[in-house]
Amino acid sequence: MSIPLIRPAATFALGEKEHNYYTFSHNSYQVHFMPDLVISNVQSQVPGLAEQRLAALDLRLPEAEITGLTGPSGSGKSLLLRAIADLDPSTGEVSLADCSWRSVPAHEWRKKVAYLPTESDWWFETVGEHFFQPDIDSLQRLGFEKDVLNWKVLLISSGEKQRLALARCLSRLPEALLLDEPTASLDEAHTCAVEQLVSEYMRQRTVPVFWVSHDPEQLKRLTRRVMSIQPDGSINGNFVNR
Amino acid sequence: MNLISLSAIDLSIAAALVLFIALLQWWMRLGNTRALLTAGLRTVAQLLLLGLVLKMVFAISGLSWIVLMSIVMLLAAGREVMVRQKRRFIGSWGFLLGTCSMFVSAFSVTLLALLVIVQPDPWYLPRYSIPLLGMLLGNTLNGITLGLDNLTRSVWEQSRSIDGRLALGETWRSAISDIRRDSIRVGMIPIINAMSVAGLVSLPGMMTGQILAGTPPIEAVKYQILIIFLIAAGTGLGTITAIVIGCRRLFDDRERLRLDRLC
Repeated sequence: MSIPLIRPAATFALGEKEHNYYTFSHNSYQVHFMPDLVISNVQSQVPGLAEQRLAALDLRLPEAEITGLTGPSGSGKSLLLRAIADLDPSTGEVSLADCSWRSVPAHEWRKKVAYLPTESDWWFETVGEHFFQPDIDSLQRLGFEKDVLNWKVLLISSGEKQRLALARCLSRLPEALLLDEPTASLDEAHTCAVEQLVSEYMRQRTVPVFWVSHDPEQLKRLTRRVMSIQPDGSINGNFVNR
Repeated sequence: MNLISLSAIDLSIAAALVLFIALLQWWMRLGNTRALLTAGLRTVAQLLLLGLVLKMVFAISGLSWIVLMSIVMLLAAGREVMVRQKRRFIGSWGFLLGTCSMFVSAFSVTLLALLVIVQPDPWYLPRYSIPLLGMLLGNTLNGITLGLDNLTRSVWEQSRSIDGRLALGETWRSAISDIRRDSIRVGMIPIINAMSVAGLVSLPGMMTGQILAGTPPIEAVKYQILIIFLIAAGTGLGTITAIVIGCRRLFDDRERLRLDRLC
C-alpha cells in the first residue's frame, strides 16, 4: 500500500468518485478532495451598470491558498466578488466542491461562499447580537477583549468595525472567503493579525480565499497568484511567488 | 329626520376659512398653498359630482351601475396610493400592488358586511353598499399608503444592512423581517389610534353624520362600532397583503435585494 497522497480514502470507498479529481502537479498524480472554488465565465450583470463591465472571468481558486485580486478603483473588483457570492445578477457559473451555486438556495450558497465587504454594516444594538457563535479566541487575536460583544455598534470605529466584521464572517464557518480589501482601514499591527488569522483559518478548514488588495507588498506576502484587472477590462493572472 | 339644509352662504363661510389659511401660508412663505387650494377645489368638485352620481345610482339601483362605480372608486384609490409613494415599484407593479391589495381587502370585507351582517334587500342596495365600500376603501388606502411608503423608504435607506445580512447567509425573509414588521405596524397606526380615541377625543365622522341627520345616538353608535371594526379588518388585511407581496417583490429568485425594482 504505497500509493502516494490519497486523501480522503473514505470518499473513494463510498463510491463518490465525482468528488475527486486528478491534478498534475509536483510531477506526480495526486488524488485531491476538491473544495476548490471554480469560477466559469462569470460576469456581473447589475442593471444600469452595462458600460463598466469586466470581461467574464474563468478561474479556479485552489483550496487552502490565497489568490489575490488587484486593479484600479472602480474597475469592478467588488462587483466581481458580489457576483461570485450570488449577491448580484450575473452570467456564468460558480461551484464549490462540485456544488453548483444555483443548485442550492441562495442563502445557503452565501453561507458557504462568504463575501466580506470593505465597509461593514451593523444593524442590531450591540456587537454580540450579530454573531452566530462568537469565537473568543479569534476576537482576542484581532485585539479585542471578551466584553467587545457588549459594545454598542454606534460607538465602534471604522478599524474596529473592519476587524469585527471579519470575526463575524468567520464565526459562520464559511467554506470559501471573498475578502474585499479586508485591511483597508487597519494599522500595521492589526493588518498583520488579520493576515495571520485568515491564513490560519484557511489552512485549518482548507478553504479557498480570494483577497482584494491595493497593496503589492501584501499580495506578495500572502499569495502565490495575483489576478490583475487591466485598463481594457480583461483580467490577467500572474504567479508572483512559486 | 329633521335635517337643517345648508345654504350656499353657509358653505362659503367654511370655504373662506380655508382661503384664509392659504393666504396665511402664502404670506408667511410656508409653501404648500397650491396643494391646499387644489385639494379644496377637488373636494368641492368631487363631492358635487358624487352627489349627482349617487342621486342617479340610488334612483336606478342596478347592480351593474354599482359595480361600475365601485371600479371607478377602486382605480381612483389605487392611483392615490401610487402617487403618495416617494419610492414606488417601477412598471405596472407601482399601480397594481396597492390596487390589488385594496381590492382583496376592501371588497371582501364590504361583501361580508352586506351579505352576512347588514343584509339589506337587495344585498347591493346602493344606500348601504356605496358608503360602506367608500369608507373601507378610504381607510384601507391610508393603511396601505403608509405601510408601503415605510417599506420602500426603509429598504432604500437600509439597503446596505439588508445586503450585509444576505452576505452573511441570512434568508431574505430574515433580512427584511424588522422592516416588514415595522411597515405593517405603521400601516395600522391610524386605525388603532381611531379605535383608541373613538368617543373619548373624536366623534367618528359617520356617527356625527347620522346624529346630525337625526338618528338616535345608540343606533348611530352601533353602526359606528360595526364600521370601525370592518375598517380595522380591511386595513389590516390590505396592509398585510401589500407589505407581504411588496417584500417578496424586492427580492428575486436568488434572494438578492433588487433596488432597481424601485424608482
